Amino acid sequence: MTQAKLLFLLLAAALAAGCSSSRSIPDPEPTEPAYGSEGGSAATDGFDSDGFGSGEEVDYDPSGGELARIIYFDFDSAELRPEDTDTVARHALLLANDPRLRVRLEGHADERGSREYNIGLGERRAQTVRRMLLIQGASAGQISTVSFGEERPAAMGSDESAYAQNRRVEIKYTN
Amino acid sequence: MRKILPTACLLALCLTGIAEAQLEIVITEGIKRRPVAIVPFGFTGDSAPAPLDVAGVIAADLARSGRFAPTPERDMLQKPTVAADLDFSDWSILGVEAVVIGNVIQTGDNAYSVQFQLFDVFRRDQLVGFRFNDVSRGTMRRAAHRAADMIYEKLTGIKGVFDTKVAYVTAEPQGRGTLYSLIVADQDGENAYKIMESTDPIMSPAWSPDSRRLAYVSFEGNRSSIFVQTLRTGNRIQVSSRPGINGAPAFSPDGRKLVVTLGGVDGNLDIHVLDINSREIDRLTTHRAIDTEGSWSPDGRYIYFTSDRSGGPQIYRVPASGGTAERITFEGSYNARPRLSPDGKKLAMVHNDRGNYRIAVLDLERRDFLVLSTGRQDESPSFAPNSDTLIYATRAGQNGVLETVTADGLIRQRLTSGRADVREPVWSPFQLALD
Repeated sequence: MTQAKLLFLLLAAALAAGCSSSRSIPDPEPTEPAYGSEGGSAATDGFDSDGFGSGEEVDYDPSGGELARIIYFDFDSAELRPEDTDTVARHALLLANDPRLRVRLEGHADERGSREYNIGLGERRAQTVRRMLLIQGASAGQISTVSFGEERPAAMGSDESAYAQNRRVEIKYTN
Repeated sequence: MRKILPTACLLALCLTGIAEAQLEIVITEGIKRRPVAIVPFGFTGDSAPAPLDVAGVIAADLARSGRFAPTPERDMLQKPTVAADLDFSDWSILGVEAVVIGNVIQTGDNAYSVQFQLFDVFRRDQLVGFRFNDVSRGTMRRAAHRAADMIYEKLTGIKGVFDTKVAYVTAEPQGRGTLYSLIVADQDGENAYKIMESTDPIMSPAWSPDSRRLAYVSFEGNRSSIFVQTLRTGNRIQVSSRPGINGAPAFSPDGRKLVVTLGGVDGNLDIHVLDINSREIDRLTTHRAIDTEGSWSPDGRYIYFTSDRSGGPQIYRVPASGGTAERITFEGSYNARPRLSPDGKKLAMVHNDRGNYRIAVLDLERRDFLVLSTGRQDESPSFAPNSDTLIYATRAGQNGVLETVTADGLIRQRLTSGRADVREPVWSPFQLALD
């Protein structure tokens, strides 16, 4: 495979993986909406026609798949479940042993209640994990937290089994 | 855009079109509706028909309010366009209370005057008449909404909100992820326009008091930031991107400041006031509980917010200049996301009503507490600028849809939109005059 071809495949794979993108769009004439004529059509991208399927993000996992990287929480709780303390302690050990490692703790809540308050609940869970990591030897500079509240559910649905999967902290190594 | 994205991503951006999410309005509940007639307007101009069925827009507005039943055109015994031809007895027979007649007259290449008169059928008298000059094809719909506002106010004593906008967030599947969009639409769902899109969540849109800007939270880059975007230009500035949470923006009544929630590295969410120009920050709460969802009182004196310092979330307020927080709600175990009515008399919130999250309104003077919605998962209440109606998000199956309800709970409507999950509606302030 030529280098150019490899580069193209990497770019295409990044695209298929759904790279993060954001943009703002000017309102062309907010005080003078064109009556009855507004709105273009969404173009569909033609990148899927090249012979491979869509991809997904691959996280770096310094434990080589040995450690769970999602910690679940009970309803209305930011307390670690007893069975998860060992998992978090072993993540702390990885971080303490390799100061170059960086981790992002992503807190989440189930969909019930107010969205911004749920951001707070997700953050509270991420902070529980952060404190445990710090107590057990990780350093503050290795850890960042973000809370997505109910905005990025792991499971769709409005029942307790979906809620239980959504009340979580995802431990993401960002190196 | 602040980050430089890989080439492939830029390509993908170019290919993304601007899709609009039109809202369709279904009246789900109501009260006895008053019969009125909006007679098709006359048109004088280059080539018929008129660029817009102005009478149709007015009739649709009045019907949508839930308070009026416009007479169908086929039932009209006469269709006058000037007062001299109006025969009140023809309308009495139909039981119609009020009649609107009008004309669209072309005065230039893209210039029209739009004129209407409202008559009381029983008193045989004109109630209001108005002519909008120099209306273009682009502004004619707004002129029609303005006319509907004047008619509505004359007949009900309540200011009309037909010439206002609603901003909301949609989420729809895109590949393996989700595409989040921030949409601004006329309050009847027309002219829906996407002002921002992202593959990372967008949250908490908030109007500036002059309705020219929106503040919102974006998670681009896997962190939360607060942006203020000018609608006309699309320019946006990142006003807060501190470590930890940057959330829940709401403009001060003078438009110069935002109340925001900042969490810091330790994740202690507190209410802060951010000066948009100087970026100076004033911390208003320091409690170790979650303090969030700040909202200014219309007189600018207080900031109402959600705090779980007593256990579950409840509404508190603190003087905007700093001071001691005072608890406002005591009804039940969960009250969050406070929003004051623009007249300052009512406080809307998300309330846990026997296990269901519903929209409730507390009358701040009489202390009446009224649960207004009937869903399981209702959220994000926002008052219309006339303080009479609220919009909020509810669930229909897997999708979020919007509903409006009058503050007395008597008239409820559902706004449905295609396939997207619609959430976080915010009603604009009154729009500036036609210019």
